[in-house]
Formats: sequence, structure tokens, C-alpha cells
Amino acid sequence: MNRRSFLKTTAATTLVAGVGLPAFAADEPLKIGFIYVGPVGDMGWSYQHDQGRKAIEEKYGDKVQTSFIESVPEGPDAERALTQLALAGNKLIFATSFGFMDATVNVAKKFPDVKFEHATGYKLADNLAVYDAKFYQGRAIQGTIGGRMTKTNKIGYIGSYPIPEVYQGINAAYLAAKKVNPDVEMKVVWAYTWFDPAKEADAAAALIADGVDVLLQHTDSTAPQAKAQEAGNVITFGQASDMSSFAPKPRVSSTIDNWAPYYNKRVGEVMDGTWKSEATWGGIDTGMVEIGEITDAVPAVVKAEALKLKDDIAGGTVHPFTGPLNKQDGSVFLADGEIATDEQLHGMTFYVEGITAEAPK
Amino acid sequence: MSIGGIDIVTLAAMLMAASTPVLLAATGELVAEKSGVLNLGVEGMMIMGAVAGFAAAVATGSPVLGFVAGALAGALMATLFAFLTQIFLSNQVATGLALTLFGLGLSALIGKGYEGVRPPPTAKLDFGPLADIPVIGPIFFSHDWIVYASVLLVAVVWFVLRYTRAGLILRAVGESHDAAHALGYRVVAVRFAALGFGGAMAGLGGAYLSLVRVPQWTEGMTAGAGWIALAIVVFASWRPWRVLLGAYMFGGITALQLQLQAAGYAIPVHILSMAPYVITIVVLVILSALHRHGVQAAPASLGKSFHASS
Amino acid sequence: MITLIRRPNPSKFWTYATPIVAVIATMFAGGLLFAMLGKHPVEAIRVIFWEPLFGANASYFRGQLLVKAGPLILIAAGLAVGFRAGIWNIGAEGQYIMGALASAWLALHVYPAESHWLFPAMIVLGALGGLLWAMIPALLKVWFGTSEILVSLMLVYVAENLLAYMAFGPLKNPEGFGFPGSRNLQSYPAAHNADLIAGTGLHWGVVTAFVAVIATYILMHRHITGFRIRVAGEAPRAARFAGVIPARLVVFCLGLAGAFAGLAGMFEVSGPSGQITDSFNVGYGFTAIIVAFLGRLHPIGILLAGLLMALTYIGGDMAQLMLGLPSAAIQVFQGMLLFFLLGFDVLTNFRVRLGRRARA
Repeated sequence: MNRRSFLKTTAATTLVAGVGLPAFAADEPLKIGFIYVGPVGDMGWSYQHDQGRKAIEEKYGDKVQTSFIESVPEGPDAERALTQLALAGNKLIFATSFGFMDATVNVAKKFPDVKFEHATGYKLADNLAVYDAKFYQGRAIQGTIGGRMTKTNKIGYIGSYPIPEVYQGINAAYLAAKKVNPDVEMKVVWAYTWFDPAKEADAAAALIADGVDVLLQHTDSTAPQAKAQEAGNVITFGQASDMSSFAPKPRVSSTIDNWAPYYNKRVGEVMDGTWKSEATWGGIDTGMVEIGEITDAVPAVVKAEALKLKDDIAGGTVHPFTGPLNKQDGSVFLADGEIATDEQLHGMTFYVEGITAEAPK
Repeated sequence: MSIGGIDIVTLAAMLMAASTPVLLAATGELVAEKSGVLNLGVEGMMIMGAVAGFAAAVATGSPVLGFVAGALAGALMATLFAFLTQIFLSNQVATGLALTLFGLGLSALIGKGYEGVRPPPTAKLDFGPLADIPVIGPIFFSHDWIVYASVLLVAVVWFVLRYTRAGLILRAVGESHDAAHALGYRVVAVRFAALGFGGAMAGLGGAYLSLVRVPQWTEGMTAGAGWIALAIVVFASWRPWRVLLGAYMFGGITALQLQLQAAGYAIPVHILSMAPYVITIVVLVILSALHRHGVQAAPASLGKSFHASS
Repeated sequence: MITLIRRPNPSKFWTYATPIVAVIATMFAGGLLFAMLGKHPVEAIRVIFWEPLFGANASYFRGQLLVKAGPLILIAAGLAVGFRAGIWNIGAEGQYIMGALASAWLALHVYPAESHWLFPAMIVLGALGGLLWAMIPALLKVWFGTSEILVSLMLVYVAENLLAYMAFGPLKNPEGFGFPGSRNLQSYPAAHNADLIAGTGLHWGVVTAFVAVIATYILMHRHITGFRIRVAGEAPRAARFAGVIPARLVVFCLGLAGAFAGLAGMFEVSGPSGQITDSFNVGYGFTAIIVAFLGRLHPIGILLAGLLMALTYIGGDMAQLMLGLPSAAIQVFQGMLLFFLLGFDVLTNFRVRLGRRARA
């Protein structure tokens, strides 16, 4: 590349950044872009976000135009893909993986007129909002069903990575299970992957071999469901997507990441000019965390109990993390009657008291 | 039987099933490498086997036909590789890497629409009372037929390589293609056959993954199993029975670390995951030290292009 | 039957013509694939090859081409030297990781240093990290005759696990709310490998890649070492008579490739990537092997091949965005491009004759 084109390059970049993008006319569709960390066919995380994208198209029809780039590696490729979306005239861009955080911050800085939404992160800017779901609420319901239904008193949990979201899930499930069944024991296996069917199958087999008959998973493939089915007497819960092909047993219920209501809401806000940067942590009440159908494999009383808990959490009368509650090492996490704040939960990297497994260091 | 909270019997039974896909792929790659060709495209062939096997099984309702289709798809991919490296004399390392890229992409295209579908189940063999024998029953008599077939195939490969004329020719081609050519053997044809077998085995391994072990189809579901198969061939120093040992060691360490976790131990997962690779290097070093002035463990022509005029 | 007859000398014409023929063949085959997927073939090809270079906002994408091609070219330039000598280092991915880890470790260890010496020290450590990692296969080969292909490949997995260990453990950002991944070096001025001219994508790594191309060109074509390397690769026996000491050659070639790969990792982690995470490495070390062969192991060829490869990545993303092509279709397309380039290469060294083949 010669010097001339270097100069041209700089000039043009400044131009792009400076002029920004003109406000769109009313009859032009709002362009919305997505980047996914996996393929849309992963049937888990990226698939659910793409379902959200489709929901936008369904609701707004001709008024929107959506596009996406899938299987984007985290890092510089993400930054380029996001810039690409912004340059293509997208006015609202969803970056749907935690690892896209710093790239999204960088690109948001360059395109002040474009609205960015980053899933599961914590960095905000004037034109950058973050959103996440309170998956732990769904875990509490699974814990209740699991605690009631286990015969071996052992509940297994396949963790992905030791990050707050997963610790919240493990602790919420354990606390709920313990409430209905004081003898319950929690077994945790960290797979260090979000998606690796073979490894997830191994993790499930290891837990089942250890006597677990209730299996919760925080990884996205259906491999653990298949292992549970093979074992025969193990129940499971769908993760991310409904995984209904394994219903009514082993899959007795599920937590579904339902991004559609949030996405539709934010698109509406951009259209009528009320969009503002904020951190959203949606739960069962806003529909972001959806509880998949509880099948008939669950006794009616247990099902009723689980559904009541769901309503209580949605209504705000019950919070899965309510004191008195100690950390695993015996130190106080929440005083009697105290309810965990979102900040406390966002920094949760420990097990609660009663879980005997050692946390990874 | 339980040591430190780890049930040895379950561990053994688990690792047999868990290791089957890489065992199949590694056995195939061993034959290819014995003929002097290094095919780094195992991952690409496996995933094509996974998707083709899955699609065929779903379409016909027969897992057996699925396995056949998986093997065929793997063999087809290997044939493509053979054309490029044997006829067009392209570099084997680069072509193998390209094959993996191609296979990962193509399988994803073929597999669109199969996500979330469940394949017909592959039944476990019924050994009757044998399965009820303590310890031995669950370890040896609780699997589906492919698990036994994979071990049998190792035995067949061992026998053919060691005791048959075909095996002799294959090894001769792998040790010195020029000498083999001078003796009148058709080097290229032998390598086509060896690569084709290797591809079929990788495809079979892939099909086992999507039809039995997981069982479902998703993009990129092999998640690096093909690369482990390559490592196992090296670990095994190109001996069939050691491939079995290597596959069970790699599978065993994964299974063990998960079981240790299930038993409540906080273990350094990443350090443990390194172990098989470090062990492989150590084995390789010991072997090469032993063979320093004698026979090399690796086929002498491995990775080199052959052309009759050279 | 097709018969191949070895040319006495590589064909000059085909040396230049095969890449063009291969790209055209890929366009046809790729066009067919895109048509089967229901996309307009000509439009798809245009988007992939034309849009990033000359389309709207091309100025940005040309810069990104450098960002993407930089590490590929830098690593491939080092690898090609070894490949010429018949030394097969396929573990550049691991050396890349170790270079990044070593330099990031230093930067994070002295955080928040403001010294101007930090960045140069990181460069040294990055090169050293890659070099030392490459010394493992080199020395094992020299001492025990162990295959460097296999050892270097195994070490990739060791390095990957080490990377994950560091990202979850020692190098984890203490202010990161428990999430894995280190502090971002982009917001750490003394350690940041920023664009030299803002917005161009031109950072020190890209400059180093260009320097590496020139340096390896001089080494291979204007220096006695290059001659020795080529002799060693083409005629190992003659090389001994020419005074080539194989052990030194192995150490030199692996060391050079390792240092280059380590540098690439260092510039990436301190620049475009910014962070040590468990997904830091995206396969540059493996793709660089392909780039080295596409460039026919020649520095200038590698420069072009690196840019071409980068173009298919960036153009591929564009095709996803503008035409809705799945990313898998782009992968297939890249695979085809490589097959054609590698396959047609035969024309350079061989004459093709149609007719009955003599009994081989």
C-alpha cells in the first residue's frame, strides 16, 4: 500500500466518524444489526438471540430491517464486525456475548449516533446499554422441583465457567432444593466450555455415576439430556432453549432465554426516541426468563409448588437470595431478612454454606 | 470398587464409550500415516461423517445406514485429499488444514435443518447374564456394537499390518516410497487406499459422536476430537494396540477429571488437561531416544510427496 | 489418463499464472455454491473480493485488512524459512500464545507502569516467549531426533491450556467482577500497541510484518544462510558437504519462526485484541501455515497470500451482512480457494500430458 492511499484512508475514516449517519427518514426502515458468538444453529445461546431477532422482524415487519454476523470470534474480529454493522447503517446493534464487551465499548465510542446493546456485560456509555437475565430465578424453580423429586438426595450441576452468573445458578438451585429437602447435596462439575457436546456428555455421566438423579446444566447442548435418558431414572431441565424434544422425561421443565420482549421494547424505544442507556436485568416478571412447561413426570403437588414459587418470584414476594445466608466458609453474606442486591449478585464467585464441593481457584 | 470417592468400574465403562470416536479416527489415521501420508484433516473428515451419518440415520430410520453413510462421507473427503496430495502433489500439511476448514463449513451447510432433531437410537448389545457379573459386566458387557467394533478394528489393523502381504506393502510404501516404487508397487494406489480407509474410520468416529455419544447434530460438534486423534497416533508411536491405550488414556483423563470434580475435589482442570499432551511428548522423546540409531518410530516417508520421476 | 512430467526448472509463467487461475476457478466453484444457496453468485463474489477494497467505507476495511493480515504474514514469513529447510514447525499457534502470555504477564506484573521502556521490554519478552517455546521441539529434535512436527503440534494444546489457566487464574483482571480475562492493555497507555496513525489499522505489528518480509527476503535470497537453508531442504546430503550443520539449522529455523510467532502474539495482545482471555487465539498460527504455502514459501508471495486470506475473512463477513450468506458458506469457499491454489501449484513444477500413463 502506498503513501497516498494511507492519507486517503485517514481522511476518509475521519469523514465517516465525523459525519456519522444522518437521521433516518420516517419511511425508511430502522436497520438493526446483531453479532453472535456461535452459529445461529447452535440451538442454545446464539440461537435464542436469533429467535429474538426474528421476533423483531415479526412484530415490526417493514419498519425494520435486520441483519447479523454469526460465529464471530471475541476480540479484534468482533470489533471489526461491529464496525461493519455500524458502517452499514444499522442504528441499533446488539452484541450478544460477554466477550464482545471491550470491542463494543470501542466501537460505541466511534459511532455516537448508533445505539449499542451489550448482553451480560457491565460497561455502560451514553449510547451503550447492557442487558442480562436473572437466570438464577429459573434455577430456584428447578431446585425446588429437584429437591422434591430426588431419591438419592444428590443434585448435579454442570457448570460452564466459574463466573458470577453460574455461581448464582448453583447457589439458587441449592438453596431452593435445601428448603424443600434438608438432606439434599449439591455436586458440581465445571466443564470449562459453553458448548462441547462430548464433554458435556462426559460431565453428565460422571455426575450420574456419582449417584445424581437430578441434573441441572449451565451448558448449551442437549448431550446431558441424552445421557440422563439413557440412565433412565434421572430428570433434567432444558437450558437456554426449551429442549422439548426430551420432554416429558428426562426434561421435566426448562429455563428459556427469551430475549424477544426486551428486543421488541428497545426497538420501539429507538423508534419513538425514548431509548436511553441503562442496565437491564430482567427476570421472570418481564418475560426474559421463561419457565418451560413443567411436564406430567412431575407430581401435581410439586408442580403446583414450583408454579407458586414462579409467581412469588415474579411478584417480588420471594427472592431466591434472602438472609440469613452464609458463604461456604461460614462468613456472613446476608443478615437475617436481608435481600441480596444486584451488585452483590454480580460479584458472586463463591458457594453458599452447605455446598461441600470446593470452588475452583 | 471405589478409590477416593471415584468409582473405578464406572470410570472404566465411561471411558470406553467416551474414547470410541477418537479411537476409530486414530486407528484410521494410523493406517494413513503408515502409508507415509500425514493427513491433518481428521477433524474435517470426522465432522463430515457426523453430519452425513446423522442425516442418513434420520432419513432412513436406521442407525446402521447412518454409520455406513458416515464412513462413506469420511472416505470421500479423504479421496479429495488424496487427489490433491497424491495426484497434484500439494503439500500435505497445508492441504490437511484446508480439508478441516472445508469440512467444518460444508458440514454446517448440510446440517442446516437437522438441529434439534433426534436420531434413531442405537441399541446396546444384550449379553444376558454376562452383563450382571460384578465389575466385569458393567465394564465389558454394557456397550453398543460400535464400541466392540472399534476394538475389533484395532485388532484387524494390527493383524493386517503385521501378518499380511497387504500390510507389508503398506509399510514398505510408508518407509521408502522410492524403494517401494522400484520394487513395482503402485505407491499412489496404495496411498489412496490407506487414506480412504483412514477417512472412513474418521467418518465412522464422527457418526458415533452424532448418533450415539451426544446424540444430536450441531455445527462444530467434534470440538477438536480430530486433533486428539492425531495426537494419539503419535503417542502410540504408530502401533495399533498402543492407539487403543492412547485413546483410553486421553478419554480416561477427561473422564477422571470430571469424576474428581463430581466427588467434590477442586482440581486444576487446565493443568490436568495438559497432561496427555505432555505425556505424549515424553513418550515421543523416549521412543526417539531409543531408536536414535536404529529404526525410527515414525514411517520414514511421512509427509513427503511422491512422484515417480523423482 | 493424466501424466505428470517434472519440469527441469519451475515454470516462470505458471508461477505467476497459477494463483490467478486458482482464484478464477474458486470464483466459479464458489459462485456455483452460492447459487445453490439461493444467492446471486456474481454479487456474492463481488461482495467478497471487491467490497472491502473499493466499496463503501473501503478506507476502514483496507486498514482492517492490515490488522488481519499482519499476524498471518509475520508468522508465515518465519515459518517459510524453516519449511524451505525441511523443518516442519506446525506449532506456531502455541508460540503465538506464549509470546502473548509472556509480554502480557510482564505488563500486568508491573501494572500500572508508565515507563517508556515497558513496550520495548514487552517486545523482547514476546519474541523470547515464542522462541523458547519453539526451542522445546528444536532441542528435542537435535538431542533425540524427535519429530518437530508432532512435538510442536502437541505443544499447541499445552499452550492453550496454559492460556486458559492464566486467563482464569493468575492474570485475571482483579476488577473484572470475577469474569475470566485480564485487564485490557488498550487502556494501559505504556503497554498499548496503538495505531501509529489513528484509524488506519497500521500498528507496530503490521510494520514488523513488513520488516519481516524484507528481512526474510534478504536472508533467503541475498545471504549465505539462506543458500544453506535452501540446499538443506532440496538436497540434504549435498548440504552436509556444503558445510551445513543440521543441528544449528534446526535451532535457527525453529527459533526464528518461534520468535516471529511470539512477536505476532505480543502485538496482538497489546493491540487489536488487548486482553488475555481463554479465547485469545483464533488460529492465526495454523492459518499462517496455509499462507506460507499459498505464498510458495517466498516472502513476497506470503505478503500477497496473507492479504488475500485476510480479504476472504473480511469479505466473508460482508457477504454475511449484505447477502445473508451463512458463515459456514464462507468457510467452504475459503477451503475451495485453498484446494485450488494448492492443487494448481502442480503446474509450476510439472508439465501435464494427457494420454496413456506408462506403468508407474
